[in-house]
Amino acid sequence: MKLDVEKIRKDFPVLNQKVNGYPLAYFDNAATTLKPQSVIDALNSYYLKDTANIHRGVHTLSERATEKYEETRTAIQKFLNASSSQEIIFTKGTTESINLVANSFVPTFLQPGDEIIISHMEHHSNIVPWQMITEQTGTHLKVAPINHQGEIILSELKKLLTPRTKLLSIVAISNSLGTINPIKEIIELAHQQGAKVLIDAAQAVAHMAFDVTNLDIDFLAFSGHKIYGPTGVGVLYGKKELLKKMRPYQGGGDMIESVTFLKTTYNQLPYKFEAGTPPIAEVIALKESLNYLLKLGWKEIEEYEIYLRDYAKEKLLQVPGLRLIGEAQQKSAIHSFVLEKVHPHDIGTFMDQFGLALRTGHHCTQPVMEFFKVPATARASFSFYNTPEEIDRLQKALLHTVEFFS
Amino acid sequence: MSDNTTLQELYQALILDHNKNPRNFRIIENPSLSKEGFNPVCGDHYHLYVTLNSEGDTILDIAFQGEGCAISKASASMMTAILKGKTVDEAEQLFQEFHDLLLRKLDPDKDPHHLGKLKVFSGIWKYPARVKCAGLSWHTLHAALNNTEGVTQTE
Repeated sequence: MKLDVEKIRKDFPVLNQKVNGYPLAYFDNAATTLKPQSVIDALNSYYLKDTANIHRGVHTLSERATEKYEETRTAIQKFLNASSSQEIIFTKGTTESINLVANSFVPTFLQPGDEIIISHMEHHSNIVPWQMITEQTGTHLKVAPINHQGEIILSELKKLLTPRTKLLSIVAISNSLGTINPIKEIIELAHQQGAKVLIDAAQAVAHMAFDVTNLDIDFLAFSGHKIYGPTGVGVLYGKKELLKKMRPYQGGGDMIESVTFLKTTYNQLPYKFEAGTPPIAEVIALKESLNYLLKLGWKEIEEYEIYLRDYAKEKLLQVPGLRLIGEAQQKSAIHSFVLEKVHPHDIGTFMDQFGLALRTGHHCTQPVMEFFKVPATARASFSFYNTPEEIDRLQKALLHTVEFFS
Repeated sequence: MSDNTTLQELYQALILDHNKNPRNFRIIENPSLSKEGFNPVCGDHYHLYVTLNSEGDTILDIAFQGEGCAISKASASMMTAILKGKTVDEAEQLFQEFHDLLLRKLDPDKDPHHLGKLKVFSGIWKYPARVKCAGLSWHTLHAALNNTEGVTQTE
């Protein structure tokens, strides 16, 4: 069954506009995805009909809101094939999920001198929290190197693993290089050494299925807004036995069982890690984004995105002076590139003038930019509502840009 | 495509020329002042070098090196061209005038100024994301002349 892209596009109201006189062609899905009407409706529905705070409310609206909120938790459990909904924690996003693990897992499970491994291609959200916590706790941060195709060098990663390695935190799909990492293999390597693994699935979760049980993933983080859901909400999946032992991340209401000034006891999972009133509308709407994806089908989505990836690569490489940054053997539909005579920032401005939304800059991966010795890249990241015609427009605009600056 | 007014306004021939052939694009050995300017958002990164006279009140030589978008490079190039030989006071005044031009606080056709060819940046205020590019080298210069610590950044 192939995707009916024309029909899909009608589900995304944002696409129905012109930018600088041209129909919007949205190539910035790695930054955030567009939202289908059903997600927007669910957001509105909470504010129109079900507005109430969740948990411990006895009145009808509170019970309704609580039910819908917890339905999303169960939906995510199923989406990830986690063994229990207690293992699904709602956060603000991937960044907060990673910070939670850094500030809670590390002090609980690591001793001074223990080690954490990340890779050279990580997003700043999967670098800085570890820098901050290792400084605080006297633990060490090691970085697995990448090669010039933008792949983690597994043999070097193996060398970094020691009996003192307690955690690996690795991205599943790189937002700037598009590289799909061999996380199954990496998890096996880590577990052999007795280390746990956190997978940054921010980019990946919208483009491939994750089975946390099958892959034996210890922690997984993702953001709602990258999976056709709203901003302000994200998920941390963690194995129950780990989360149970971890100290709380934020203190406040909901995460407690009882509070006195002499002693406070903490709530059970998952609420121990959900302090304060959460983004209720956003959590409720997130369920709709999962439903939307599941209705389209992973096989169909992957097939079409592979087609877009290859079509775009072919068209991009026809532009004189264009160099792709990141050419891993396993790559998603993300292409970062530079032009010989045109700085990425100028590329972005030109593309915008033709209604094409690209992102330019370091994409929160400054170490990657430094590795490839580029100041920044232009990045086109695709989704199932992009079309080959839009990619043709991109090529035409790039050819024009190259000519303008020659 | 080629009669897109935004692109024509942002990338006028003078800007394209200074981007392709930046003036004073070199290192100065033993400068009186040197300062780094960096726009982390888009990756514009320059080193500015200034040689002052012995009294420290006149710019004898000014040059730059680095990488960045066409707007930032053209702005840096034109800045060095206009500032060579100027006094430090004149340079500060030009910094203020250029700053005001970028923020649309100065109308080059109505208000008095000494901007000369820098008028070509008079339309940049319409593109907030590019204002910082045009201003980077100037802010770096201002920081150098005022001995401000650290790498200059425009965010």
